[in-house]
Amino acid sequence: MLDVKHVRKIYQSRTNAVEAIRDLDFTVRAGELVCIVGPSGAGKTTLLRCIAGLLNTTSGEIVLDGKKVTGPPRGMAIVFQEYGRSLFPWMTVRQNVELPLKEKGVPKADRQRLIDEALSAVGLTDSQNAHPWQLSGGMQQRVAIARAVAYEPQILLMDEPFAAVDAQTRAELEDLVRTLWRRLGVTVLFVTHDIDESVYLGERVLVLSNRPTVILESVEIDLPSPRDQLETRSSPHFAELRSHVYELIQKAKKGYRPGGETA
Amino acid sequence: MRGRVFAKRLLFILGLPIVLVVVWWFVSAATQNVLWPSLGKILSVFPQTWFQGRLEDDVLPSLLRLLGGYFIALVIGVVLGVVIGMSRTVRGILEPVLEFLRAVPPPVLIPIIMLFAGIGEEMKLTVIALGCMWPVLLNTVEGVRGLDEVLKDTGRSYQLRPMTRLFRLVLPGASPQIAAGARQALAIGVILMVIAEMFASSEGIGFDIVQFQQSFAIPQMWTGIIILGILGIALSLIFQLIEYFWLAWYRGLRQSQREG
Repeated sequence: MLDVKHVRKIYQSRTNAVEAIRDLDFTVRAGELVCIVGPSGAGKTTLLRCIAGLLNTTSGEIVLDGKKVTGPPRGMAIVFQEYGRSLFPWMTVRQNVELPLKEKGVPKADRQRLIDEALSAVGLTDSQNAHPWQLSGGMQQRVAIARAVAYEPQILLMDEPFAAVDAQTRAELEDLVRTLWRRLGVTVLFVTHDIDESVYLGERVLVLSNRPTVILESVEIDLPSPRDQLETRSSPHFAELRSHVYELIQKAKKGYRPGGETA
Repeated sequence: MRGRVFAKRLLFILGLPIVLVVVWWFVSAATQNVLWPSLGKILSVFPQTWFQGRLEDDVLPSLLRLLGGYFIALVIGVVLGVVIGMSRTVRGILEPVLEFLRAVPPPVLIPIIMLFAGIGEEMKLTVIALGCMWPVLLNTVEGVRGLDEVLKDTGRSYQLRPMTRLFRLVLPGASPQIAAGARQALAIGVILMVIAEMFASSEGIGFDIVQFQQSFAIPQMWTGIIILGILGIALSLIFQLIEYFWLAWYRGLRQSQREG
């Protein structure tokens, strides 16, 4: 589905070069829900922007469904962390969800159905004629999720989408993502800096090193589905996985890299 | 309660103007100075000066050429502004030239424009359009350049076509800035309209004022100035009304940001 092949990214400015990503190499299978977690400054967002075709890689390539990514690919939707800046403030909630569908050429009747379904899935049917800025942060992020879901992408990228919402809303939105993922069978790549969140959400967690970034480990999360904020999070196995990822991140912060390689 | 709030606001808006008019009335009441006639005298010649033909023969042509030049400026300013704002290369090439041209006060262009556009309507429209264009153009450039990066990325990742991008993303996103430019342009437009008419015209408010002055019809001259003031206020009110509805989203957004 998604092949990230030896991707390297160096930010080149006139005076110096910063190597953000050294070598990232992984595959995401169709229908998988993969979380990417790493210490702050690990180039998580850089990686996501490369996959989204919004940023060029320095070397290596990203292949989505057999096609090399050179610009924003079809069938991909992104949910950004900055919900307030990714929604069109001059449009209503419904218009925001509708715009990408119009561009995709979805016929009107289908469009209405998709919008209704997406809005009801995120619980925003009553707010569809409001403007985004009339809603709370959590609700705005729901609009962005509804827009992505209605678009019927094959792959959904989420860039620390819940970093700026409060803890309670965050738990709700995490469950929403799991529910939508299970219902729609969409491939999800979820970037986060929150270790608990990555273990709770993912079927697999890719742990990144510090900069220049490589993969420290791909951790399989074999927790049963459906997951539950209370049950799952209090299970011994969740604690084990969480500690494991936590230790990896701690090592990463201290500069540990696989194979004794040095930064 | 609501009525009282409204009355209070009205008092704030109209209070000082009323005081000034009253002061003007009494201070000028006993004047013998020919150049500063009393307000009573000015107002008494007002109806015969303006309501016996000049409204159609002078005020209307002034208004039409102002609006004509203004809309030409809006269209050219926004179109050029979007082109320049979207391309860093174009901006790099044009910026120094634009800075220079902007620094030239538009009225000095009148004699030059008269040379090739004559003294007819084209000349006045050109002068008004050229002067009004700069604030619109420069503000549009800033507005387009300042579009939110996340919003642009959103548009790119959802594969918005160029025309959709322009009309649903770029122009609405830049519209608060465009409106700011348009507001400045309106004030400049009124000035240029009057100056152009004073230079070379056979009708219009500017022409009238010069006529009155040269024929020592001093109270009438003052009425012309009052007419200009009223025109300016009326245009500004209409502008604010349009902006109020057009940018309702922006007002709401700003307010929610302040509260958040």
